[in-house]
Amino acid sequence: MSVPFYVSPEQLMRDRADFARKGIAKGRSAIALQYADGILFVAENRSPALHKVAEIYDRMAFAAVGRYNEFENLRIAGVRLADMRGYSYDRRDVTGRALANAYAQTLGAIFSSGGEKPLEVEILVAEIGAGVADDQIYRLTYDGSIADVRGYAVMGGAADTVAEYIGEHYTEGISLSGALRLAVDALGHDGTEVRELTSDQLEVAVLDRTRTQVRKFKRISEESLAGILSESSPAVDEKTDADVGDSSDSDSGESSAGDTPVAPPADDAPIAPPEDPDDDRPL
Amino acid sequence: MTSDASGRLPEAFLTPGGSSFMDFLAGHAPDLLPGRRSLGQGDLSSEVPHGTTIVAATFPGGVIMAGDRRATMGNIIAQRDIEKVFPADEYSAVAFAGSAGFGIEMVRLFQVELEHYEKLEGATLSLDGKANRLSALIRGNLPMAMQGLTVVPLFAGYDPDIKGGRIFSYDPTGGRYEETHFYSVGSGSLFARGALKKLYREDLSETDCATVAIQSLIDAADDDSATGGPDMLRRIFPVIGVVTVDGYRRLPEDEVAALVDAAWAQRHERPDGPAAASLT
Repeated sequence: MSVPFYVSPEQLMRDRADFARKGIAKGRSAIALQYADGILFVAENRSPALHKVAEIYDRMAFAAVGRYNEFENLRIAGVRLADMRGYSYDRRDVTGRALANAYAQTLGAIFSSGGEKPLEVEILVAEIGAGVADDQIYRLTYDGSIADVRGYAVMGGAADTVAEYIGEHYTEGISLSGALRLAVDALGHDGTEVRELTSDQLEVAVLDRTRTQVRKFKRISEESLAGILSESSPAVDEKTDADVGDSSDSDSGESSAGDTPVAPPADDAPIAPPEDPDDDRPL
Repeated sequence: MTSDASGRLPEAFLTPGGSSFMDFLAGHAPDLLPGRRSLGQGDLSSEVPHGTTIVAATFPGGVIMAGDRRATMGNIIAQRDIEKVFPADEYSAVAFAGSAGFGIEMVRLFQVELEHYEKLEGATLSLDGKANRLSALIRGNLPMAMQGLTVVPLFAGYDPDIKGGRIFSYDPTGGRYEETHFYSVGSGSLFARGALKKLYREDLSETDCATVAIQSLIDAADDDSATGGPDMLRRIFPVIGVVTVDGYRRLPEDEVAALVDAAWAQRHERPDGPAAASLT
């Protein structure tokens, strides 16, 4: 006859949190970054069909990392919630705050209920406003805790390392090409070795407030992504005035410290950040 | 309504299902569907506003849809500047004739239906798929049509497979019919269709096609009291939507005004409008 072990509530929650955290860290990172005209999403994702970033409503998008089937289910629920609210009230009454709340309650309830496995997901709900100051990014973790993020957010994979890289180089009011360059560089700085990410390994989308359509979400196709990335490559960075203050500060600063990078041919694959022997970034 | 007492997403939202918003509503909140309401007895057709004439015509590379601005309630003009032509999604337009309240509700539901599918599936429906969803929507409205609250939509869109515009008409039972070149629905549709027949050519430019639509609406207003002609005093002109490879675009007010002014000036010379070019 076995006597049930006593497990303290603290231990129980810790175990569940460890379980979820491990699942999330196994994946690859996703980044949301505020730029001058909206919010940029960049995720490392080799599948062109299984999205990590998706449209929810006019001014709202969703990004997630972790277990695909679990966050896909949450995404669908979010679209249903938003469409239903928009249909029964008005399009303007669909807010990111309400959606983030519903997600937080759902994640929280599942995490603390004994019967269900905690969801191995981390999600972002982003909403653009009339200006940068009105943009909202909510970051939700597996246990339902919710944070209101400014500037940028990173989740999944080696999130802390990637976030640190962005933190060093991010400036407010960054241009789209600058933000994209920064995000792609940051995703490559997630381990001991700096990786070169090409456009077919990335999933990129924006919430662009300059779009004339009501629905501001737009995916950036692989071809136009390759185009933007080659334009803002560190080698030609100093000449593009649009990028002043962001990647030109960071990347060209680094590149001048090392060897002068060779300008790539125009049709070359998107450029990796310059390798810098003096880079003492913690690994 | 949209979340349970704990604030958690209701089970229905998290249950895997189809990509149709209408089907989701039918399961989760059927009272939001227009066709599910129980109505009282009697014929309500003269008690509520009705929209009147819609015309649509294709031109190389696109399709135009235009609607007059009048809503009538029996012999009363209920509204002078009602809008009956809407974008259904980026590449299609929908307009309605008949009961205005249900018409507008149906258009809203149809727009959400298409957008919902697009977001869940990550792909847009084919033009025929969209046309069939509208059929299903109208079929659900049949009980109300029996009480005089008929809504007859007209649907048109750009089909990338044929690189041109297509037009679909409907009957109150949900029957869907593809029309070639041009079509018209609503109380003044017979007169509008007569005008379209004489003025339409397959090689019209977008602007000429808009002029043909305006001329046919003026002819409809000429002979049908429920159709509003261009209101020259208040400067209220037809709503004209154009769908091409670049998507849906509503013709700007001043462009429509210029076309209407030209057509109106011409009618001062010949009140019946342009004559057919030849008799043979």
